[in-house]
Amino acid sequence: MNGMENNWKTIPPFHPAFDIERCDYKNGCTICAKECSFGEISLHPVKDVDGEVRYRPWANLTACNSCQRCVKMCPEGAIHIEHQPMHTSHGYWTSDYASNIWRQAGAEGGVLLVGNGATGPQKRYFDHIMFDACQVTNPSIDPLREPMEIRRYLGRKPARYGEEIGPQLKLDVPIMFGAMSFGAVNKRVQEAEARATQAVGTYWNTGEGGFHKDLRIYGENTIVQVASGRFGVSEDYLKSAAAVEIKIGQGAKPGIGGHLPGEKVLKAISETRMIPEGSDALSPAPHHDIYSIEDLRQLIYAIKEAMEYRVPVSVKIAAVHNVAPIVSGVARAGADIIAIDGFRGGTGATPLQIRQSTGIPIELAISAADKRLREEGIRETVSLVASGGIMCSSDVLKAICLGADAVYVGTPVLVALGCGLCQRCFSGKCAYGITTNKPGLAERIDVEQATQALKNLLHAWGEEIKELMGSMGISAIEALRSNRDRLRGVGLNEEELKILEIKHAGA
Amino acid sequence: MCGIVGIINTNGQRIDGSHIQEAIRIQRDRGNGLGGGFAVYGAYPENRDKYAFHIMYEGDRHNPAVSAVEDYLQSKANVYQSEQIPVYPNNRIPRGPYFKRYFLKPIEEFLSPQQTEEDYIVEIVMHINSMQDAFVVSSGKNVGVFKGMGYPEDIADYFRIEDYRGYMWVAHNRFPTNTPGWWGGAHPFTILDKTVVHNGEITSYGTNVRWLEMNGYQCLLQTDTEVISYIYDNLTRRDKLSKRDACYVMAPTLWEEIDRRGDEKDRYLRQIYGAAIINGPFGIVLTHRDGAIVLNDRNKLRPVVCAQVGSTYYASSEECSIRFLSPEVDRIWSPRGGEPVMIDMLEGYKEALS
Ligand code: SF4
Ligand code: SF4
Repeated sequence: MNGMENNWKTIPPFHPAFDIERCDYKNGCTICAKECSFGEISLHPVKDVDGEVRYRPWANLTACNSCQRCVKMCPEGAIHIEHQPMHTSHGYWTSDYASNIWRQAGAEGGVLLVGNGATGPQKRYFDHIMFDACQVTNPSIDPLREPMEIRRYLGRKPARYGEEIGPQLKLDVPIMFGAMSFGAVNKRVQEAEARATQAVGTYWNTGEGGFHKDLRIYGENTIVQVASGRFGVSEDYLKSAAAVEIKIGQGAKPGIGGHLPGEKVLKAISETRMIPEGSDALSPAPHHDIYSIEDLRQLIYAIKEAMEYRVPVSVKIAAVHNVAPIVSGVARAGADIIAIDGFRGGTGATPLQIRQSTGIPIELAISAADKRLREEGIRETVSLVASGGIMCSSDVLKAICLGADAVYVGTPVLVALGCGLCQRCFSGKCAYGITTNKPGLAERIDVEQATQALKNLLHAWGEEIKELMGSMGISAIEALRSNRDRLRGVGLNEEELKILEIKHAGA
Repeated sequence: MCGIVGIINTNGQRIDGSHIQEAIRIQRDRGNGLGGGFAVYGAYPENRDKYAFHIMYEGDRHNPAVSAVEDYLQSKANVYQSEQIPVYPNNRIPRGPYFKRYFLKPIEEFLSPQQTEEDYIVEIVMHINSMQDAFVVSSGKNVGVFKGMGYPEDIADYFRIEDYRGYMWVAHNRFPTNTPGWWGGAHPFTILDKTVVHNGEITSYGTNVRWLEMNGYQCLLQTDTEVISYIYDNLTRRDKLSKRDACYVMAPTLWEEIDRRGDEKDRYLRQIYGAAIINGPFGIVLTHRDGAIVLNDRNKLRPVVCAQVGSTYYASSEECSIRFLSPEVDRIWSPRGGEPVMIDMLEGYKEALS
């Protein structure tokens, strides 16, 4: 009986497989075993044909979730990852659902935690939306020959000429790095984000874990967050940044607060967050001073007063069913920028059930919000930032056509730094050194290289956006904001088309 | 494609419509017979204090839309005169919808406190355009628009535009590419005294339309020209921008240039009116009671040529029309992309009109 229980919980769906012909173990290579931070690979003594006992890499079948670090680091190309799901013969009870129960019934128990964004089969609307292009009647524009402008300004704009304009953020690419807190990621990652955004001319977001003193020199490209946990919030903190963002919610876990497991609360994090080392950093689900929209208004204005109206105040919310009226209320409460985070948005740690089943897709949310603000005649008084599930530059531009002024990306930042999407960021063992502060792992991020990678990402997406604009005959990106006419749906039903305010292809 | 011609006499001297008819005729290749039209300023000097409504009704005078619109007009305005617009069917254009013109003034007491007279008139225009089978072709004081399905020179014969005289004329020869041709969809497009003729296809249409809707406009025609007219109207009439600033909003300089010049007013205009920027190829001649503006897209993707002969200015898609009107010119030039050419009526032109 007990033996069976062991089997339930120890067979992971992935394991490394070694091509022993290629493997350099004979010369003493042990790279993969060192690289695997999850303890999946050990060195196992085996007697070779020549009679010598040598140590070979060995899959323990206990921990692998295919982060692919070993594959990428093996100098001989001797490793691949095999998928070994616990196939059930049952068509309805797939192994995913069964193995979650096995895990819960076993030693793991409790609420299952995961990292990254939702993985479910819900429709990815971006893939069902196509761009228009110029043919014959109007010329496309060659971005190599003509200037293409992708700059955006975020912040409150007056409805008409003569009235004062609020403080603005200037984005030379319409892409910002979304909130990833110190603790969830390490200082090296944040430093790379800060340097890359400074070099390219955009912004990164500290998340709710405070703003490390050493990084404050990058304040002009930094958005600081005020979340329900109020970690690291002080007057200095607010004043060190280009904008302040009040975090109400996030797409990966709408309705619940941030969660940094105690294993990840090391010394530097405890100092920056102003909490004891090793304690779980749990942000309350709501802000304890925000129980209604009037309370939010007070907080927005408290921050504006403290900042003497010099920087824009953003409010970040998760995309939920009633997103349109909520956004309208937040705009009227005084927000200069509203960031809407779709249910695909990533995270370091979230309960699996919430990640998979709560919230709505960003494509629908941003469209509904933009439409509502226009109907109320207040669209220009606030900038909209879309996030949660943006995977490529055409997603960015589609989000803009659906009504966003700019986007936040998070997971693309991780992926640019190597992330293999293994969803174990909460463990603090990230093999790429991204979502960990453990000495020995965090050093796997080289700040120079990481900065370059993120600059490359922003640059490449910017260039691709210009190509897309050129093909549509657009030379200034503001001419695409809410420009649904340049989109068509493929395989969408009438209701979906109505919400997205687009026509079906062929129409 | 599309062809445009504009003739402006800054002294207010009026000429009849035969000149522009011939000038646009030689740009026949730029259209395809699916739309042509003319606007004339100074057409109704005896009624110049009243709004001249040209209204098109589908079908004939028995269409119930006629009485529906007239009842509505009576309820909103003092209508001083109403008459059928004479038409002269020919073998190229044997028939068309029913046209009437009305000279009217708003009933003052009906204006809401913040509303100007012009706001009130725009409201009436928007309302009629949303009614069945009726469409306001023009609504400005002392301005008339004549347009329809056909080549412009044939439309000119259909309305006998040589019978009208004006100090400013514009003509349009249409080659529709994005909306089907119909009488109301021909150009010019007019709101109050502002008329737009345009050659191009704007790629920012969806953005512009949504911004206009937010500002209370209804874009029923789904044409670029309608959108351009409304943008200009909203910027100058409601938001009180100067003509230069309105043009700047529609075709702004590059951010880089704003940075370099450090021009904070231009930055402000571009920041707050991002949704009113016009992208894509266009050449526009925009006329208003005190003059005209010629504007090209920033990349100069459509041809426009301007010329001056004494106090007369010309703008045209092709130089041939100008040379036809006046073989000798004092000055002829091709305006640069995004740089508006502003032609202002001279002081005292109104006296010349009377
Ligand atoms: S967890 Fe990562 S490094 Fe370890 S075996 Fe699996 S793929 Fe390789
Ligand atoms: S950041 Fe690291 S732990 Fe998180 S998914 Fe990526 S590779 Fe895995």
